[in-house]
Amino acid sequence: MHKSQLNSAVAKSSMAKGVTFKNRRNFLRNVGLTTTASFALLAVGCKKDDEVAVGVNLGSNDIGILNYAYALEQLEAAFYTQVIATPYSGISTAELSLLTDIRDHEIIHREFFKVALGTNAIQALEVNFSAIDFTSRASVLGTAKVFEDTGVAAYNGAGKLIKDGGYLLLAGKIVSVEARHAAAIRDLLSPLSISFAGDDIIDTNGLDAAKKPADILAAVQPFLTTKLNGSNLPTS
Amino acid sequence: MNIFKILTDIEKIDSEVFERLEHVSRRSVFNTFSKKLAAVAVPTVVASMLNKAYAATPGAIAVLNFALTLEYLEDEFYKKGISTTGLIPASDQAIFTQISKHETQHVNFLKTALGVSAVAKPTFDFTAKGAFADVFSNYKTFAIVSHALEDTGVRAYKGQAANLMATEDKPLLEYALQIHSVEARHASVVRRLLNTRGFVVGAKGWITLAQGSPAAVYAGDDNLVQGGVNLGGLAGKTNEAISEAFDEPLTKEAVLAIAGPFIV
Repeated sequence: MHKSQLNSAVAKSSMAKGVTFKNRRNFLRNVGLTTTASFALLAVGCKKDDEVAVGVNLGSNDIGILNYAYALEQLEAAFYTQVIATPYSGISTAELSLLTDIRDHEIIHREFFKVALGTNAIQALEVNFSAIDFTSRASVLGTAKVFEDTGVAAYNGAGKLIKDGGYLLLAGKIVSVEARHAAAIRDLLSPLSISFAGDDIIDTNGLDAAKKPADILAAVQPFLTTKLNGSNLPTS
Repeated sequence: MNIFKILTDIEKIDSEVFERLEHVSRRSVFNTFSKKLAAVAVPTVVASMLNKAYAATPGAIAVLNFALTLEYLEDEFYKKGISTTGLIPASDQAIFTQISKHETQHVNFLKTALGVSAVAKPTFDFTAKGAFADVFSNYKTFAIVSHALEDTGVRAYKGQAANLMATEDKPLLEYALQIHSVEARHASVVRRLLNTRGFVVGAKGWITLAQGSPAAVYAGDDNLVQGGVNLGGLAGKTNEAISEAFDEPLTKEAVLAIAGPFIV
């Protein structure tokens, strides 16, 4: 967290969040507490509060972007795992096969990021699928469509934030698979129509969506019990 | 040539176009052209502005022209396909008309970005010197060529992404990625049609190992090593699934070798 953001957060809240020692001192200066005793007490209190209020910090730079992708893949993998564990009523053999393929791809993406990130990887996230009716084809495929389109827009928007060419290529290798998923899901929902790359998602220049991490994180947070914190992600 | 219209059109695409131009204010750009500039000089001035605005590096211009060439190919292919009576069954017209629309949009977008640096449209031979002699009379051949062009497009854009990483090229990188995923959507739906129409039974929206035809389009797509790690056996999944989960790039040379027979 940048100092200016911290100061602004302090202004809004009586508790400093996610602060280093240096920032804590800064915080103390802001609220006018300077005695050693108060400092120690507050420092202990802050640490606990930090974990609850700030959430899982994705990190900064390329590692942050990889963790951002890892978080999205965790969400998708958990969703399709549930879809296959409890298939919706009336699911056809072809649909079950297609959704099983997608489940496997998302699990592979998730496990790949986990391996690639090593000790930098964020924790396993807790999902909240209470808004999804897994017995309903419309609910499941409708959610799948949102997740896949969101994944495409997320990777498209993250590309320019990546500094390492190798990581950019990896993102490129994955985003086109997500786009293939999106088109297939859309084709299941509306067969043989223009929906696979519909005018609702592709603009008049023939471009797919590209969204900033902050917008994507806000969109997916309702599906996660674990709070994600992307405040240190690059923005340019 | 209506310079005001061009700049306004670009602004629709990129609201920050005037900020990207040197001597930045909108007023100064327009003033330059209100000084009764000799008509012959206009294209050169526009080109230099656009190159500064969108493709500050020569490498980026090369990438965009490479992309434009592929988009010309796709655009003309689909225009001919959908205008050929009796080729595409009514049931599948909506899909190919939508794809055609996007390819035309991509051509126009790239031409606008490149200005006079844009390469001219080549003359195409969609039979690829006889390899696909019935491409506009046999729907199966048309669909096969379509999916190969789309999958090639996906691999081509992917292979160029790392050449658009200079700070001044970053807007272009994002646009390229936004086209890239549209090509992947096209590929997916056409591949699914190959299966449902019985042309390639079992074809999926994604590429399994290096399966597909023509072989050069799919060469190397069975790669299992990602980020320096061999993912074989990852999470107990098959090599087929692992290969499907990652689309591989193609070099410019490999793409040109594939596209070459289509260009007269």
